[in-house]
Amino acid sequence: MNASACKDLLLRMADDELIIAHRHSEWTGLGPLLEEDIAFSSIAQDKLGHAQALYAIMHEHFGEPEPDTQAFMRNESAMKCCHFVELPNGEYDFSLMRHFLADAAEFVRWTALTQSTFEPLAKLALKIRGELKYHLYHAQTWVKQLGAQGSEESHARMQSALREAWPYALGMFEPSDADQALITDGVFVGELEIYQQWLSFVTPTLTEATLEIPTGVDPVYGGRKGYHTEHLQPLLTEMTEVYRIDPSAEW
Amino acid sequence: MTKEDVIHAIERVTDPEIPAISVVDMGIITDVQVLNDNSVRVVMTPTFVGCPAIDVMKHDVEQAVRGLGVEHVVVDVNFDVPWSTNRLTEKGRAALLKHGLAPPEPFDTLALELEVLNNVACPYCGSHNTTLKSPFGPTLCRSLHYCNACRQAFEGFKPV
Repeated sequence: MNASACKDLLLRMADDELIIAHRHSEWTGLGPLLEEDIAFSSIAQDKLGHAQALYAIMHEHFGEPEPDTQAFMRNESAMKCCHFVELPNGEYDFSLMRHFLADAAEFVRWTALTQSTFEPLAKLALKIRGELKYHLYHAQTWVKQLGAQGSEESHARMQSALREAWPYALGMFEPSDADQALITDGVFVGELEIYQQWLSFVTPTLTEATLEIPTGVDPVYGGRKGYHTEHLQPLLTEMTEVYRIDPSAEW
Repeated sequence: MTKEDVIHAIERVTDPEIPAISVVDMGIITDVQVLNDNSVRVVMTPTFVGCPAIDVMKHDVEQAVRGLGVEHVVVDVNFDVPWSTNRLTEKGRAALLKHGLAPPEPFDTLALELEVLNNVACPYCGSHNTTLKSPFGPTLCRSLHYCNACRQAFEGFKPV
């Protein structure tokens, strides 16, 4: 197995989970309904757990630093998350739409990984897939409800959120130089395959929500190579503040 | 010392988020190996990957086994056996119910339809005329429901 290709895959997945976890957690205490506040907080907690599990595999199998060091001690340029997860939460419509598009991508990705030849990842995938069903159920319920069963305003807001999110959502599938080696080794099916499965997955829900899928859009790439939006560094600064002051602090 | 002695000792350890049920009845202990009277290995699997209580439970399990006078205790946490609510014991289900948490029905882990959450039996009156309010509750493993029969909000232990 090509170790550097495998590490590349694990790191981009872990960084996506870590950053989206932080964004979702920003709804804690501010959700529009108590149930929604709890939902976003719970999903954030799950994502953080997934990030930790991925960093732990990198630590145990490839000698990379401890999960806390990976999460808290890297600067922007060493992060491999996509731009989609970095964007600020915006209004609730955008947060929900991002949650739906990103969780659908995670679901097809982790489902594919249950067949991975890299056993630790396949075992984790089986476990995580069960959790993602709840994330998707939540996202799909709201996208359909606000798109098709709400008011003219809720439909317009969801359509606008979809238009805004789409180029960034396509950026989740930025091709990586590692893909060919991962496909050859049977570790991962590659970003192109995941993109196609994702499109087939989200289309029925968006259609049911009477939302129009944008076409002719260029994907926003760069995150996997360490180029990020202006929003990432402020997030990292806030997230790592306590750890940087005192790495041995317990809280 | 036998495997049963170790399990008996671990039975006193509970999930800090749901103190009504022991870690054994939760089904999170996936293996117990008594290597000799002085060396025991226990394997645990977390309910959720991000379960914040796992470190506390790991520590408590280790202490419980040490309480038997065992010097070398290793507690490993891994996903080799993935946790599912199907691993709850009958005793565990009864404990959850008594605690006011609706226990999940056994299900096929490969084909979970979340519609099952819509008619969970109410832990207070037993009615199936209930509604899922949210798949997310006060801890990762719980969901929020409402009983239309006795008009009582309740929590469920969600099937995973």
